[in-house]
Amino acid sequence: MTRPKNPGVEAGAARERPWPKLLTRPSLPLPPAAQPRAAEPIARGSEWSGEALERFDAALARHSRRLGLEVNPIQYELITAEQMIDLISTVGMPVHYPHWAFGKHLVAHERTYRKGQSGLAYEIVINTNPSLVYLMETNTLALQVLVMAHAAYGHNAFFRNNYLFQQFTQADSILDYLKFARDYVMQCEQSHGWREVEKILDCCHTLAPYGVDRYRKPGRLSVRRERERQAERLRFAERHYNPDHAHLNARGDEGEPPAPAFEPQENILYFIEKHAPRLAPWQRELVRIVRKVAQYFYPQRLTKVANEGAATFWHYTLLHELYDAGEVDDGFMLEWLSNHTDVVAQPRFDSKAYRGINPYALGFAIYRDIRRMCEAPSDEDREWFPELAAGSWPEAIAFAMANFKDESLIEQYLSPKVMRDLRLFLLHDGPEDKTHYEVRAIHNEPGYLRLRQALAAQYRAETHVPQIEVARAGDDSERALLLQHRLQHGRLLDGDGVDAVLAHVKELWGFDVVLEELDAAGSRLKVHRV
Amino acid sequence: MTDRVFAAHAMRIVDRRGDPSGRGAVNRERFVRRFKDEIKRAADDEFRRRSITDVGKGGRIAIPGRGLQEPFLRHDEDSGSRDFVLPGNREFLPGDTIPRPSGGGRGGPEGDEPGEGESRDSFAFVLSREEFLALFFDDLELPNLERTHFAEITLERMRRAGYARAGVAHSLAPAMTVRMSIARRIALRGALAERIEELERALETADPAARAAIDSEIERLRRRRDGLPFLEDVDRRYRAHTPTPAPATRAAMLCLMDVSGSMDERKKDLAKRFFTLLYLFLERKYGQVEVVFIRHTETAEEVDERTFFNDTRSGGTLVYPALELAHKVIEAHYAGDSWNVYVAQASDGDCGADDGARSATYLDQRLLPRLRYFAYVDIPHVNGLFNRPSDLWRSYGAIASAAFARRQVHGRGDIWPVFRELFARRQAA
Repeated sequence: MTRPKNPGVEAGAARERPWPKLLTRPSLPLPPAAQPRAAEPIARGSEWSGEALERFDAALARHSRRLGLEVNPIQYELITAEQMIDLISTVGMPVHYPHWAFGKHLVAHERTYRKGQSGLAYEIVINTNPSLVYLMETNTLALQVLVMAHAAYGHNAFFRNNYLFQQFTQADSILDYLKFARDYVMQCEQSHGWREVEKILDCCHTLAPYGVDRYRKPGRLSVRRERERQAERLRFAERHYNPDHAHLNARGDEGEPPAPAFEPQENILYFIEKHAPRLAPWQRELVRIVRKVAQYFYPQRLTKVANEGAATFWHYTLLHELYDAGEVDDGFMLEWLSNHTDVVAQPRFDSKAYRGINPYALGFAIYRDIRRMCEAPSDEDREWFPELAAGSWPEAIAFAMANFKDESLIEQYLSPKVMRDLRLFLLHDGPEDKTHYEVRAIHNEPGYLRLRQALAAQYRAETHVPQIEVARAGDDSERALLLQHRLQHGRLLDGDGVDAVLAHVKELWGFDVVLEELDAAGSRLKVHRV
Repeated sequence: MTDRVFAAHAMRIVDRRGDPSGRGAVNRERFVRRFKDEIKRAADDEFRRRSITDVGKGGRIAIPGRGLQEPFLRHDEDSGSRDFVLPGNREFLPGDTIPRPSGGGRGGPEGDEPGEGESRDSFAFVLSREEFLALFFDDLELPNLERTHFAEITLERMRRAGYARAGVAHSLAPAMTVRMSIARRIALRGALAERIEELERALETADPAARAAIDSEIERLRRRRDGLPFLEDVDRRYRAHTPTPAPATRAAMLCLMDVSGSMDERKKDLAKRFFTLLYLFLERKYGQVEVVFIRHTETAEEVDERTFFNDTRSGGTLVYPALELAHKVIEAHYAGDSWNVYVAQASDGDCGADDGARSATYLDQRLLPRLRYFAYVDIPHVNGLFNRPSDLWRSYGAIASAAFARRQVHGRGDIWPVFRELFARRQAA
């Protein structure tokens, strides 16, 4: 996460502070420093050693416990830069089934890393139990401790306490499941050829966003039960095998059309796994694997701001605790603060470096402001957040970490001060004027509520992933699969994407696939068919 | 829970740095396999750009970005309405309008995470040496390469072979010499001490008359024991060397190519592949290979690689001057037993019959004795008009030497057999 210089700074320099606002040393009174100051920093210099890390970990554990942070057990793993690239390419999982898309990420990262265009991610932490935290050997001491505070305490606590992760993921079984998935995919490659396997996986990946139950909690992952289920499926097929009928139904085992009363289904991959007429059992298994993995990552998609914000808030807080306890020296602080600055930088919308709202910056600002409002509430805060004002900040933070996803966190906690600090404003892009955007609200009294709602809506899953449902399937002679897209704010699907995706769906379904786009009233605007 | 974890704080840290890192390779291989066609096309371009000696290195290549992205559904930015929040307001007030940037609504709220530098037009990455070579060899229909052994020009090279008792002063091995000296002194001192002890025992029981003799004997032995010389001739050890045969490691490769007007791009491309392949073989075998480029029309000249492959000249074809020049170059730079000289010639063979005959004779009698190998590839025209064997091809047919091979090459797939012939024949010999 390296950041080019922000070219937008000069223009408004007169009115801006010369340093990023988020980084000013907290002007608030720190919690009563009852703890004794250490005579000596835990370690000096930039070289790390196992022993130093151990003492830092103990110190971080002590401070985080004092501040009421609950974490899963931690397992640190020391890795090389090369291994880090490997990990990044497989979305951070130490085990994953093989696929070319991971290879693509690998070569891309490798190149930019070698050329020095991008540093590597400092940290990867995996929502497992114990929580795996990767420390890269090339990091300096300050960076290692930053990573430990950020990942091993911040993210870890978030994974452990946030309701979405508690409901949707099983930290203790994911690695076993991925191992099972990898072995199964490799075994399929052996027995059915890599082309076939790759074809199915490609199709499934396209649909991965539609492979999750958004509201129903998934059952527990268990490798043993998966194996039993596979065996059962096979036994069923064998028991019902009738050579006289085999040629009639050679392609698939579930030729029955679904029941006439059809309820729309949001989980397309699940529907395909259960009802696609032509898939062979092993292909259904592959669909299932992609679906399960997508389900595991689903909460992470919904909690980018909340999760990164919490981790950033905690590394910031914990490292300052270390400093206040005299356990690190000034050089140490300057070093990690420089990295921190890069991570939480929010380029202006008109700067070249602008890549959307930086989840680190937004999340960090929200959590910091929660703390500020608890410790030093202003009149404005008392009006907006009476429940926070003068409360205990560790409790407020813990509550915010446990019970919200991005959308609701913003809706609940985005304060006028943060909106002003980030200078947020709301643009409207509508069919009335195709050449201009209209500014609908800015960071002022009449605009706060509207801004907050709009920003929260921006983090709703539906805003990015068009909502598609299975509306009907296989009840006509063509056995076509009918998908429906219910438009939000009149936004149609991008034509290029649709055709390619539908081709993949057809590959899985085996018969025609139709995608209707319906407006709010239910009238058909557009029909795609492959 | 918290208490249990922290009650006895022990950091759990696992050092994975030594773990084999094969995981990435699995996915990498799948990526290369999937985009093999695109990658090969890019590698071909790269190959054309590169010099022969660089082909064997890995390097950056770029393939078209289209098709690399797994498709996904997204909204059409031009339809419907949307609201989005941006940071960094400076002067806008509600009701202001901003010109919509052209090229869709990129820059809206759906920005990517920073750091994913990947443009839509092309996707660049680095191929390793092995991957690059695999692609390069792919078309050439190489069988799995076996280690081939063939007759070597060998030199005698001195190799260390333990220690010897005799030698010249400069190869004295001091450590070994001192060690021998210590051993000798320990051995002798022990023997003397034993003898002295024996005499001392005899002294106790001896009568006074014999005592004096025994005493003086003991005295003599003690003197000898204490005066053992530090170094004697027998201690000296020298580093020994024995002559062992070693293959000559220097190789030179002379590329001869006809650059007359009839050699078009296709022929040159084939020739370049042929030269490259030979280079790679030789490089693998000798480590370092010097390459000389000789081009010829009616006259021959030594040129650099760029000129060799890219500069066209017009004129007829005479092979003889090129062979003469090759001979001259060998005489000047690569004479002697320590050089393995290879000559590779590529031509469409359009020379006069008398030039062909003259060249064949010259090659057979003057040039070949100096060479390890001479390989000639004949690249005929594509269309059938000239499909009779070329003049040079027929003339070279008269050469019976084992160090000579000729081969007609119509396409890339024909290049490898030249090498098969080159190495197989040697193996049999």
